[in-house]
Amino acid sequence: MTEAFHVENNPQPVEESVSGMSEAVEAGMPEVDAAHAPTKVKADNVDVFYAEKQALFDVSLDVPENQVTALIGPSGCGKSTFLRCINRMNDTIPICRVTGDITIDDQDIYDPAIDVVQLRARVGMVFQKPNPFPKSIYENVAYGPRIHGMAQGKADIDVLVESSLQRAGLWNEVKDRLSESGTSLSGGQQQRLCIARAIAVNPDVILMDEPCSALDPIATARIEELMDELRQNYTIVIVTHSMQQAARVSQRTAFFHLGYLVESGATEMIFTNPEDKRTQDYITGRFG
Amino acid sequence: MNTLILIIVLLGLTTFAYRYGRRKALASVEGSVANLHSLPSYHGAYVALWCGLPALIVVALWLMLQTDMVERLVLSGIADGIAGMSEGQISLLLSDIRNLATGDITTRSPSPMVLAAAERYVELQRLGFALMTGAAVILTSGGLYFGLRAIQPALRARPQVERIVRGLLFIASVIAILTTIGIVLSLMFESNRFFGQVNPLEFLFGLNWSPQTALRADQVGGSGAFGAVPVFAGTLLITVIAMIVAVPIGLMAAIYMAEYASPTTRSLIKPALEILAGIPTVVYGFFAALTIGPLFRGLGESVGLPVASESALAAGLVMGVMIIPFVSSLSDDVINAVPQSLRDGSLALGATHSETIRRVILPASLHGIVGAVLLAVSRAIGETMIVVMAAGLSANLTANPLEAVTTVTVQIVTLLVGDQEFDSAKTLAAFALGLVLFLVTLALNIVALRVVRKYREEYD
Repeated sequence: MTEAFHVENNPQPVEESVSGMSEAVEAGMPEVDAAHAPTKVKADNVDVFYAEKQALFDVSLDVPENQVTALIGPSGCGKSTFLRCINRMNDTIPICRVTGDITIDDQDIYDPAIDVVQLRARVGMVFQKPNPFPKSIYENVAYGPRIHGMAQGKADIDVLVESSLQRAGLWNEVKDRLSESGTSLSGGQQQRLCIARAIAVNPDVILMDEPCSALDPIATARIEELMDELRQNYTIVIVTHSMQQAARVSQRTAFFHLGYLVESGATEMIFTNPEDKRTQDYITGRFG
Repeated sequence: MNTLILIIVLLGLTTFAYRYGRRKALASVEGSVANLHSLPSYHGAYVALWCGLPALIVVALWLMLQTDMVERLVLSGIADGIAGMSEGQISLLLSDIRNLATGDITTRSPSPMVLAAAERYVELQRLGFALMTGAAVILTSGGLYFGLRAIQPALRARPQVERIVRGLLFIASVIAILTTIGIVLSLMFESNRFFGQVNPLEFLFGLNWSPQTALRADQVGGSGAFGAVPVFAGTLLITVIAMIVAVPIGLMAAIYMAEYASPTTRSLIKPALEILAGIPTVVYGFFAALTIGPLFRGLGESVGLPVASESALAAGLVMGVMIIPFVSSLSDDVINAVPQSLRDGSLALGATHSETIRRVILPASLHGIVGAVLLAVSRAIGETMIVVMAAGLSANLTANPLEAVTTVTVQIVTLLVGDQEFDSAKTLAAFALGLVLFLVTLALNIVALRVVRKYREEYD
């Protein structure tokens, strides 16, 4: 039941797909053909337990590179749990147990040899509620590069802070008040600050857990635009409760229900021609 | 004894009034509570308050004022006999009368005048009690009657009862404030008398402290120098030692409990640490004086260091241990109050747990931790028992923790035990020391509260 619509594991040589990507970027980022994008994150038969209670059942999903993959489904369906498996944030919950395989670039992230700290540097995360540190805007962005020793001296960090804020579309609004507290910004600005903070450590994948649910429609539109820009350089996985948002920002959509991955595929397909009745019921608003 | 019975009877009547009022309210609507403006219990409370409150207030006031009134009347009755006596003699006479009236032993065999006065004293007391009982009975029954008559379905009992309860709450809070004001005023008044005898500048900046002046000609006493600097320096030294012990250990314990300990470990460690706060300070005191002090002296001897058996180090160390739970418990609460989302945000950026604590959690809870430390400091400054037993009495002006020093609180104790003379500078010096100590701890508490308030604004 779980693999209703799986991406074929990409048979293409890597160079080809990379050059294909860069052409696409030059051509103003048209919709990438989902079936031909290389797989970045691959989950195989993932089960998650909280103590004795099973929260995810045998989930297998491929997340293609440089695309936005949306995880949708009613509350409590396990989509956030799945998201938090990808950067092993579930490790912080003592009673949580994950089985199955998750690989990023064909590397098993639950391999004991993997350093979870480095994994999280490669897989950034943006949370539901904006959570800037109660430090200055500058220090918020510089935090990650500092702990990973990514920059030598203040000049390097200055450059990194500016480029991250620029890529998060926040630079023009905050460039004159970098020393003010990050918590003094508006909700939407705070969330973009969190995105800047995440991309400052130059991750490959960015996970977003309902990043707009605490924001007003204008701030939401701003973040959605940003996602579309960011996917040129990053692979994005977003959990969202808004089906319109999933339809607007994502190229791939996966529908979760009661801990099962019901269906996944190109967003267009899921929203126009779902295979499973439950998916159809959910996207037409019959439950959820 | 009789008064106690009276109060118990009054409380019994009040309980009866509550039940009766409640029943009457229910009867007035024939049991359908929805037709009452207020719940029946409010009607009951309304009657009970009318019945009990005025009578209890009158009894309380009466008890406060009666003794004074009776004594005045007794004295005015023997005005001729006491003409020409000094104030001290009169008060001695009065205590004789009082002792005679209550059947205690008097200082000497009573004169006929004193006997007559004592009889009058007893009589007046009895009369006063009868009057008080009468007033209480009238007020109680009047209140009961009035309260019951007011009961009807439309009576707005709830707002009225709540208004009275609010008033009682207000009075309770005012009592604490008034007590504080009273203590401060008495400190200021006595200190003022002290500063009439000793120059305030000499007190605040003098380097020599030797207050044990002779009260009688045959006593050997100190020179009567009132320079408080060595005393405050001693307090400072011991407080610093205590904080050097308490702050790092308390803070690290708090970090362990809040961040690393499993729930089981935490549920064991936290109460255990709080038991430390429940040990009476006198126990810490003899621990310091009998175990730690001699231990340090022995250690000092073995390495050739002269360590006093009553040393600032021993007292400070033990006081530090006593204060650990203050620092750890408050800091633990503050660290726990840091939102989980900040931890997640830091961990998700690839920070390790300890980096997260160092760079996010501690800075975010710094204000609260500073508040906890300041509260601990004011506790250390005011601590008495440990230093009385373990720090010594000699007012050395020294920064050497191996010597004996004395503290403000120790000096206050020694000034107020033994022979007293309430108009000598020696005794009054205790009030001046107390006043300065109070001002210092007050300033620290204000700073601590401000800091804590600032911390609270961080996440709101």
